[in-house]
Amino acid sequence: MADFLQLVISGTATGAIYALCALGFTLLWQASGTINFAQGEFVMLPAFMMLFFINSANLPLWLAFLLTCIVAMLLLGYAFKRAIVDPLIRHGVIPLVIATLGLSIGVKQLVKAGVTAQALPFNSPFPDGLIALGELKVSYADVGTLLVAGLIVIGLQLFLNRTVTGRAMQAVAQNTDAARILGINVQRMVLYTFLINAVLAVVAALLVAPIYLVKFDMGESIGLKAFYAAIIGGFNQTRGALLGGVLVGVMENLTGAYVSPSYKEGVALLLFLVVIIFRPEGLLGKSEERKV
Amino acid sequence: MKHALRNTAAALALAASAAVFAQQGPVEIIGLMELSGAGATAGTNFDNGVKLAVKEINASGGILGRKIEYTTMDTQSAPQTAKALAQKAVDQGAYVVMGPVFSGSFVVSMAETRRAEIPNFTGGEAADITQKGNPYVFRTSFTQATAMPKLARYIKDTVKAKTVAMVWVNNDFGKGGRDAMTKALEAQGIKVVADISTDPGQVDFSAAVLKVKQSNADAVFVYTNEEESARALRELKKQGYDKPIIGETTLTGQKVIELAGDAANGAVAHVGLTVDAPQPAIKAFDEKFQKEYKYKSDHNGMKGYSGMYVVKAITEKVGKFDDKAFAKALHGATIKVKDYPGVLLDVHFDDNGDLDRESFLVKVVGGKQVVMETLPPVHPIQ
Repeated sequence: MADFLQLVISGTATGAIYALCALGFTLLWQASGTINFAQGEFVMLPAFMMLFFINSANLPLWLAFLLTCIVAMLLLGYAFKRAIVDPLIRHGVIPLVIATLGLSIGVKQLVKAGVTAQALPFNSPFPDGLIALGELKVSYADVGTLLVAGLIVIGLQLFLNRTVTGRAMQAVAQNTDAARILGINVQRMVLYTFLINAVLAVVAALLVAPIYLVKFDMGESIGLKAFYAAIIGGFNQTRGALLGGVLVGVMENLTGAYVSPSYKEGVALLLFLVVIIFRPEGLLGKSEERKV
Repeated sequence: MKHALRNTAAALALAASAAVFAQQGPVEIIGLMELSGAGATAGTNFDNGVKLAVKEINASGGILGRKIEYTTMDTQSAPQTAKALAQKAVDQGAYVVMGPVFSGSFVVSMAETRRAEIPNFTGGEAADITQKGNPYVFRTSFTQATAMPKLARYIKDTVKAKTVAMVWVNNDFGKGGRDAMTKALEAQGIKVVADISTDPGQVDFSAAVLKVKQSNADAVFVYTNEEESARALRELKKQGYDKPIIGETTLTGQKVIELAGDAANGAVAHVGLTVDAPQPAIKAFDEKFQKEYKYKSDHNGMKGYSGMYVVKAITEKVGKFDDKAFAKALHGATIKVKDYPGVLLDVHFDDNGDLDRESFLVKVVGGKQVVMETLPPVHPIQ
């Protein structure tokens, strides 16, 4: 039983990182109809930025993190929206999907050629060691990851539900035209979503870099799994992204331990297939109807 | 008639001088290296080792008076790319081909160099590379069939483990190592209680480590490539694994220590080459490499460096640049450090292209490899 619980807890911690990324997917989709297939690279770039601030400017981790948040908001939030999303979105989703796929490849190759093709170490923000609760042993890293991801998610929910700006953002997500009639600055709300997505990516980078190591292709697996998680949970629901992320993380761990680690990587894909066949709107998603 | 005679004579003179130039111009050696992809760490280090040796050899007058022109091509750690590049190296008329380092790429690409009868050195350790009867393949490191029995003896005699959990990477290198180690452990009466395969480039080792812990084995044997080794060590530490962690060469490599940080401390491995070895030739190499690249070489840098000096030694022994004669001369050859310090350790090549030399048992202490023991060659080098 202790083993099982341990698997669930560490799976939830990994899943929480997927969930942060998946949350970004769903937020962007709801607010602007954008699907960003460069989401994984949006995690990889901040990891390199933080390393740059830590190693070259000798800054402490927290300061590097804050600075990276600012740079990411400018680059992966504002610039991404203005340079890629705004000109393309009016042509529909497909051109944007292709553009972000291209962006993903381009960014990876740029980092590979311009920075390094090798992996770089990244120190964990959490202390080493284990917390023992009877037979159950949980690492500080897992607890820390859960806490940080949990706080971010709760904070985001509070912001969306309890503040005027947050409610305005939700209004834009639900019905852009009605929101505009109500006097909401739609473009600004959409921009906020992009900025939030950038910060979520920085947090995911902070949590995942010590495990994955910092490398140009580190975003591939996390980007893909976050996408699966978002679909599994429901692409039009923020809660869905959380459920999807955690579900993928836990199922991966259980499969790895009780079936075989070789099948672990396929779990997300399998869940994704099952959901898309039997419940295409996702576990918590609402089916959308299109008007002709 | 007079004109025709003069023209012919001029053409002959030109052709003769071109032939003379071809024999005195630079000799082309091509490296097929993993400069990107999963093998970037191994390939880059190997390549840097070769480059350092080439620089030194050229500075001291080259080989038989000819400079070496060394070109690197990036295999992207992909066997199909490696094969295509091997063909390109053949087309460019390479005298010797260095690499690829990854066994999986090498077993595919070596068909091209074999067909062209060009000597081909590898950093790969998979046992089957030299068991295919290819007379042009030579190693720069131990085969797993030599290394694993040395390690199994250590696990039995020093660690006194009766059961072992094995984490290995599912590529040619990993599979070869797993098979050789399983055999070696069986021979020592040690039981493998968990046999865990992982993917090349795998980023998350939580499930593998959980499986290791569940198996309750006396020790864990980790046999993966550099980056994966670092991730595995980090995960073992994260989950509080407190039993012996043992590996072969890669586990305690310099790059792995750098990537794994504190998590590498305590790991033990059998290594064919280490810059921390006490031999003066190795110390000298360590200093030169650090001066050139501002970081410490791992075993792959040493493989590339010593491999290049083997090329020099054997070519000088043959006395001319002849691929076939080179391959023939290297089989059964012994090269000593006193004659060629660049080979780093006295080395003997057998008829398959496998090599034999001293090796080391090392432990990571305080982020550094510490040599615990120098193990003798399998057969004494005369």
